[in-house]
Amino acid sequence: MSNELLSLTAAQQAERIAAGDVSPGELFEFWRERAAGDDLGSYLWVADEAPEDAGTLPPIAVKDLFCVEGVPSMAGSRILEGYRPPYTATSVRNLQDAGARVLGKTNQDEFAMGSSNENSGFGPVQNPWDRERVPGGSSGGSAAAVAAGTAPWAIGTDTGGSIRQPASLCGIVGLKPTYGAVSRYGMIAFASSLDQCGPLTRDVTDAAILLGHLQGRDPCDSTSLGIPGDIPLPSAERLDGRRFGVWGMEEPGLEPGVADSVRATLAKIEELGGGVQEIDLPNARHGIAAYYVIAPAEASANLARYDGVRYAGRSTGGDLTSMYEQTRHDGFGEEVKRRIMIGSYALSSGYYEAYYGTAQKVRTKIAQDLAAAFEDVDFVVSPTSATVAFKLGERTADPLAMYLSDYYTVPMPLAGIPAISIPCGLSEGLPVGFQIAGPAFSEARILDAAHALEKSIGFEAVPVG
Amino acid sequence: MTPITEPDARIYEPVIGIEIHVQLRTRTKMFCGCALSFGEEPNTLVCPVCLGHPGTLPVTNAEAVHYALMIAMAFECDIEPRSIFHRKNYFYPDLPKGYQISQYDIPLGRHGRLGDVRIHRVHMEEDAAKLIHAGSSGRIHGASTSVVDFNRGGTPLVEIVTEPDLTSAAQAAEFGRLLQATLRRMGVSDVNMEEGSLRMDANVSIRPAGTATLGTKTELKNMNSFRFLERGIEAEIARQEQILHDGGEVEQETLHYDPQSGNLTTLRSKEEAHDYRYFPEPDLVPIAPTEEMLTRAREALPELPAARAERLERDLELPAETARLLAFRSDWGDFVEQAVDGRNALAHNVANWVTNELAARLGDRELGSTRLEPRAFAELVELVVEKKISANAGREVLDVLIEEGGEPTAIVEAKGLGRAESGELDEIVSRAIADNPDAVEKIRAGKVQAIGAIVGAVMRETKGRADGGEVQRMINERIEAG
Repeated sequence: MSNELLSLTAAQQAERIAAGDVSPGELFEFWRERAAGDDLGSYLWVADEAPEDAGTLPPIAVKDLFCVEGVPSMAGSRILEGYRPPYTATSVRNLQDAGARVLGKTNQDEFAMGSSNENSGFGPVQNPWDRERVPGGSSGGSAAAVAAGTAPWAIGTDTGGSIRQPASLCGIVGLKPTYGAVSRYGMIAFASSLDQCGPLTRDVTDAAILLGHLQGRDPCDSTSLGIPGDIPLPSAERLDGRRFGVWGMEEPGLEPGVADSVRATLAKIEELGGGVQEIDLPNARHGIAAYYVIAPAEASANLARYDGVRYAGRSTGGDLTSMYEQTRHDGFGEEVKRRIMIGSYALSSGYYEAYYGTAQKVRTKIAQDLAAAFEDVDFVVSPTSATVAFKLGERTADPLAMYLSDYYTVPMPLAGIPAISIPCGLSEGLPVGFQIAGPAFSEARILDAAHALEKSIGFEAVPVG
Repeated sequence: MTPITEPDARIYEPVIGIEIHVQLRTRTKMFCGCALSFGEEPNTLVCPVCLGHPGTLPVTNAEAVHYALMIAMAFECDIEPRSIFHRKNYFYPDLPKGYQISQYDIPLGRHGRLGDVRIHRVHMEEDAAKLIHAGSSGRIHGASTSVVDFNRGGTPLVEIVTEPDLTSAAQAAEFGRLLQATLRRMGVSDVNMEEGSLRMDANVSIRPAGTATLGTKTELKNMNSFRFLERGIEAEIARQEQILHDGGEVEQETLHYDPQSGNLTTLRSKEEAHDYRYFPEPDLVPIAPTEEMLTRAREALPELPAARAERLERDLELPAETARLLAFRSDWGDFVEQAVDGRNALAHNVANWVTNELAARLGDRELGSTRLEPRAFAELVELVVEKKISANAGREVLDVLIEEGGEPTAIVEAKGLGRAESGELDEIVSRAIADNPDAVEKIRAGKVQAIGAIVGAVMRETKGRADGGEVQRMINERIEAG
């Protein structure tokens, strides 16, 4: 049974449960053993046993930063080591209500700050395609687990690309919904105006199913709206009449192999009846600069609560101030400290307008660029990442090089719009991601287009690991 | 060198603005569903949200917005169509998130007034938790241990900031009382200064009398009674005057006034002022009051004390002081208006009986806790005014009404308090004159105060049912005729 289950999508596994071919408990146990056997560093916690009521859907791997009652939820940070929340995130609760049980908590960059998963307080994750390479980040554990077949599906969060970029580097599907589509209640916050929960899955249909269960207005999150209308299962096989605007193909950092795969995908769009045109997003190149002011500014406030007093472990010694200092010294990693410093500085008196104020203006400009593009085209497409998975340690010494990993993914969360990454080919034996973005709440149309392309591309490669 | 303290000798004039924090009396906290605390066991009214647990989000309390809108309207503010929350970042053990959610550049209301004082702004925020410092000082310095009670954390607050329109400590205290009476009347807060549901800070500066520039201001924190507010401001004005008189400069700082010693101590100097790194709270949407919300708030506003005092003075022709007292103590005002019930001619006497006789009998007791009915009270006052019973008898009836309730006429009858019949009184007066020949002699000799002995005899005989003035008039008539 096991090999066969591994080859099935989550939706197909759910059909097997419904048909009585496999019991939910058996299926949970199958995946539990897979997850427990993970040797890539994908998991920070795996369920001890199948729950009594194992639900009606395959179990789900959940990024560590989602609070799950009684289950370690540390956002990949040592400062939250030992924290077991007294409540469950709405998004996870929605999945539980739909019949999915929590399989485990996946590794991530600490507080979702990173693009390689190397900033985890609990060690890096290896890319199942090449163990010397990163899985991307910050939802690196979720992406690696789905790609390596240690989870049937997973959820993560995307702030500047943290779902799409690891999905791209691991050869799976990752969707960042419209800001407000999914409740943020219970997601340990990084940058509150950007963070959004979404699926990491083996195919587009699984992503649509998860999104349907995740989304919805939540009275516990004032910024949540849900998605108007249904999320039907994507069925399109053609792209007739659809207009795709492509951008960023001339960027100097774009790897030739990645560009080739993306161009081949553009050709497929035309084969399927879609139109492709080049578009300009003149302010997109300022996206990284704006993002790395706004996100750290919000993070500097969001992370102020971690002082060793309330939730988890603390470093002892000396008076109250020394305890605070030592706890943060020991508990926060280098990148987190860097961003707290950058964010505090950007908000400080006398600098606020120059940094935070300017960054917000750029954010508005980028949103306007995208809105203007959507007057001409239905979708804005690009590579998800300029490169395939890079080597562990390759960019850790150079934060700016690391930040540029998010070049293609940052404009969408800045504008609050949805985008998906689907695998579109291999370059040097490693997966390449193709990004499709649409206007706010156009998830159903994005999923449909992605579905047609997915069929046409027929990406069947699996990691050797 | 003598300190300049005589008001008329002042060459400086004080400029005072007040910042008021009001705890709203909503059912639940500002951003979560926890009930508000009224002295419960510490840390029992808490949840992941108000403890600032990772991943939690605030949700604005609609009832708090309603109350805040009422307050902004009561102070005649312009209501902002879209006011927003900010994060005010500061790190302190009473603030679990490391920031307070408050309003900053776009508050709920602006440009209002209360009486003669302009209101700069009205905004919403959340209260901090309560720190309890073990040790003799009761303050954080010198404490051996401090504990935190999060029950108070997240209580809805409205902050009201005045323009610097006040020019004396007494005026500031008077403004504070009007503000307290107004908020109490609206029922939006307990406005209890000792319990901290009403807190006042004062910004004080002085400048050469008649000039327009503002001097350097200091901030006096958290005075927990109007008396201390007044005394604290007075002490600070004197301190600043002394500094300028000695050729020094006032430094911008935050001060604590100790009412016991009368001392002002520095809490924070200008250099120690926080950089709060304000930025818009991304977890909350703007407050955009709908027409429906505005109408509901407007309709929930009762007649406020300032307006009521004016109306009572005008319509019931009450003295200004009495009208004000009844407007400030709205339960008394309501009682008087119910008792008068359109018979405006009776208003003056009813009001006097409330502010003198009834007030003296109530002490700290609430009017609502007695058996007294406004209609019965009015009847009693009428009996006295129409001289059907004496004032003394009226007081006796009032005692009964307060404790037992009932009908005044029935009580008068039962206790035999009806005014002595004139025939009966004639007889008693004649007898008293006959019994006191010495007094009569003295009166005839011009010692008018000797009449007291005869009046006293009559009053003893009638057990106070007779009217003293009436008795005196009758005695004089007899003696003159005699």
